[in-house]
Amino acid sequence: MTGLCSLTFKEAIGIAKKDGVQPILDAFQKRAQALNPKINAFLRFSKTASAHAAGALGGVPISIKDNICIDGAEVTCASKILAKHVPPYDATVITKLKNAGATLFGQCNMDEFAFGSSCETSAFGPCRNPWDLERVPGGSSGGSAASVAADMTLAALGSDTGGSIRQPAALCSVVGVKPTYGRVSRYGLIAFGSSFDQIGPLTKTVEDAAILMNILCGHDPKDSTSSPEKVPDFTQALTRNVKGLKIGLPKEYFIEGIDPEIEKSVRQAAEVYQKLGAEIKTISLPHTEYSVAVYYVVAVAEASSNLGRFDGVEYGLRAPAKDLREMYFETRDRGFGHEAKRRVLLGTFVLSAGYYEAYYLKGQKVRTLIRQDFEKAFKEVDVILSPTSPTAAFKIGEKAADPIAMYLSDIFTIPANLAGIPAMSVPCGFTSGGLPIGMQLMARPFDESTMLRAAHAFEQETGVYKKKPTLN
Amino acid sequence: MNYEPVIGLEVHVQLKTKSKLFCSCSTEFGAEGNQHTCPVCLGWPGSLPVLNEAALKLAIRVGLALNCKVAERLKFDRKNYFYPDLPKAYQISQYDMPVNGRGWLDIETRTGLGTRDSGLEIRRIGITRAHLEEDAGKLLHEGIADGSLVDYNRGGIPLLEIVSEPDLGSPQEAYDYLTALKAILQYLEVSDCDMEKGSLRCDANVSVRPVSQEKFGTKVEIKNLNSFKMVQKAIQYEIERQTEALVNGETIVQETRLWNDAKGTTFSMRSKEEAHDYRYFPEPDLVPFTLSRETVEEVRKTLPELPLERAKRFIKEFGIPEYDAYVLVQEKKLANYFESCVREGANAKLASNWVQNELLALLNAKNITIEHCAVSPHALAGLIRLVEKGTLSGKTAKDVLQEMAATGKTAEAIVKEKGLTQVSDTGLIEKAVEKAIAANPAAVAEFKAGKQKALGALVGAVMKETGGKANPKLVNEILINKLGTRSS
Repeated sequence: MTGLCSLTFKEAIGIAKKDGVQPILDAFQKRAQALNPKINAFLRFSKTASAHAAGALGGVPISIKDNICIDGAEVTCASKILAKHVPPYDATVITKLKNAGATLFGQCNMDEFAFGSSCETSAFGPCRNPWDLERVPGGSSGGSAASVAADMTLAALGSDTGGSIRQPAALCSVVGVKPTYGRVSRYGLIAFGSSFDQIGPLTKTVEDAAILMNILCGHDPKDSTSSPEKVPDFTQALTRNVKGLKIGLPKEYFIEGIDPEIEKSVRQAAEVYQKLGAEIKTISLPHTEYSVAVYYVVAVAEASSNLGRFDGVEYGLRAPAKDLREMYFETRDRGFGHEAKRRVLLGTFVLSAGYYEAYYLKGQKVRTLIRQDFEKAFKEVDVILSPTSPTAAFKIGEKAADPIAMYLSDIFTIPANLAGIPAMSVPCGFTSGGLPIGMQLMARPFDESTMLRAAHAFEQETGVYKKKPTLN
Repeated sequence: MNYEPVIGLEVHVQLKTKSKLFCSCSTEFGAEGNQHTCPVCLGWPGSLPVLNEAALKLAIRVGLALNCKVAERLKFDRKNYFYPDLPKAYQISQYDMPVNGRGWLDIETRTGLGTRDSGLEIRRIGITRAHLEEDAGKLLHEGIADGSLVDYNRGGIPLLEIVSEPDLGSPQEAYDYLTALKAILQYLEVSDCDMEKGSLRCDANVSVRPVSQEKFGTKVEIKNLNSFKMVQKAIQYEIERQTEALVNGETIVQETRLWNDAKGTTFSMRSKEEAHDYRYFPEPDLVPFTLSRETVEEVRKTLPELPLERAKRFIKEFGIPEYDAYVLVQEKKLANYFESCVREGANAKLASNWVQNELLALLNAKNITIEHCAVSPHALAGLIRLVEKGTLSGKTAKDVLQEMAATGKTAEAIVKEKGLTQVSDTGLIEKAVEKAIAANPAAVAEFKAGKQKALGALVGAVMKETGGKANPKLVNEILINKLGTRSS
């Protein structure tokens, strides 16, 4: 039955429509349940995995990161504070998937409240990398990436605030797309950094991602930050033609500290593009070095406010207490893990009277500078190519005690969130130790088409995506 | 040393929209607990706010009426604090870019400090800002043995917070400001302004300083003020408390105090040190947008005549006393009633008196609003005409008004039915007067001895003789004439 599980999303839709989806669902149930004790990619499987075979997707299974609300299903953000929390409504992306005829297959493990780059901060145990079970799958959408890489699901939704789709995609050798801010409705996505968060697909191929992008994107009246920008058919962009495409290599992204094998792999990818007729240029994004600092001011400020609602009053955990004050303290102390507490404290600090101007306001100003860097760069080039992550998958526990080292995992992915531009990770090679390497492509706002076209051309030319992890 | 108070008011007014500020839940008052709620106004994880444009337009409407500068960019902010009635642990409000910036409100107030305009004494009270924000839910403690309950029906209802400059010089002036503000809000039809239902709430900032000192004293905020009278009383108390403290050489602590109406005192709720740090920052879920001047002008076109303009028009057009006109226009429905009455042909001065005195007393006695009164403006105009013609005495007319209210009949019909027509036939009255003089020699003697009071007894006798229908003015004249004639 591994045969069915190794199908791409697109292939599975074809088969489901022809032969019915049940064999596919059965195959995934069997494989995912067998592998999950090892990988811990899923926090739970859907209790009602009956197929909506009628829609365009033919009822094929898709997995959802556990911070996206599904009406009547437990959704926890991998946090104890939301254990047993059942939202009374569907996120807009869930409604869209249901309408398109997808089967919601399972809910994926993640860093608690998407705070992390390793999936280790999950309150329900770390997720493991299918390429090496001693290593992290990346994060925060680690469960989504690992489940796709291990053929435990056909495709998954993740969310990306500072790289949470792209970095695990790179570490697990899958495709991960963070759309332009405003492209996909955030309604029903449990917020981390509201001005950064975007939902996007993690898939086996670029074409699979384009198929899902067609479903996910579009204006939503329930989300004031969602864009009225017209949504093209992204699959139409996949022409394999990159002749004359201008691709920029930002010099600030090839820095000391980056794994030389990764740098080499990405530079080779640039050569592939050159061979295909693209023009490679070295460009500069001068404010890159401030990205991580700015991100950890502004995103945590928003996070501290967004997480205020987990106070034990309405839903989720409520610790027994003698009065209101104690209820707040005990609930939040018991409910939040270390990283969540760290970020709530940081965010509260940077918004406090007397510090607001020095941190939050200054952070927003630098954010504008970073956005302007990209505006200038995109006058010269159509797409920017960089590594997705400075390192390949690291060992579980390796960076857990060093938050700064962990935060630097997102050094290349954070700028796209600060600027709101689309970005994605595509498998581009492997280290000598056999660990996946991903490359990042970034494009102009709302120009996912060009980004997907470039990604697809490379993918089809090299076939890196075809290599699968060996499990048992 | 003499001290003077400095007073500023913060008024929260619920805007009368069908749905809440950021979701489509109903704003209807009095529903069962948590009936009008959804994931958005309950702050459920993943939900997002969407601005209700109707609320924005009502806010602009108020801003224009208060002569405010309406913002060109609209932005919302989060005000973060923990309380169970605030489901997201932040309130979506406006911090540094309120929809309505600086403006003013002209009020009539008898301080001697105002400027004269159309016979009115006008004081211009500055408006600092009037911004949009969402209301919180309500905690219920009564009858619950263990803990409290929260009702989120009110949560998310649009509020406009109208902040005045510290321009108010006395408790009375604060009262007058609130009355004038409420009148404007009612004219604009933007709010029920019902303090009992909480659709209008007021906090007062009070400080005192030595007269002629420029610098403000330390201010104290007073909360829990549930009527305009309470606002006035609490400010009065606070001025006395602060003045006394200063006279005794104490310093005033910046704090929030609550009014205890039963005791007639304020008491400390929290000091400045205990005040929240609200950690305001721009609400990332609502994108700032440009408020088009066309939208603002469209709203401006729909503004009605406002109370002060109306009072000035009444003074000019109907010649009624200035202060009467000002008081009359404060209640829009009453002023409408008065105006209809005059349009139906009633004498304006009489109509003003009748509406403000007799009609109001009637409504109060029956505890009904003017729309439920059986006496139409047309009918009252009929009654006033009979008074003006001398057909009815004032006293009889009051009885007729009661009858009209009870039966819905016209004054003319009641007069005819009961034969109430006032006797103005001098011949008839003369006969009755002569009879009264003859029957009351003692009263006549007293009157002649200089006791004016004695005349009352004689008038009474005449009225008795005529069944109360004699025109009292004529009775007086004839009586004095006859008594005078005899004595000369």
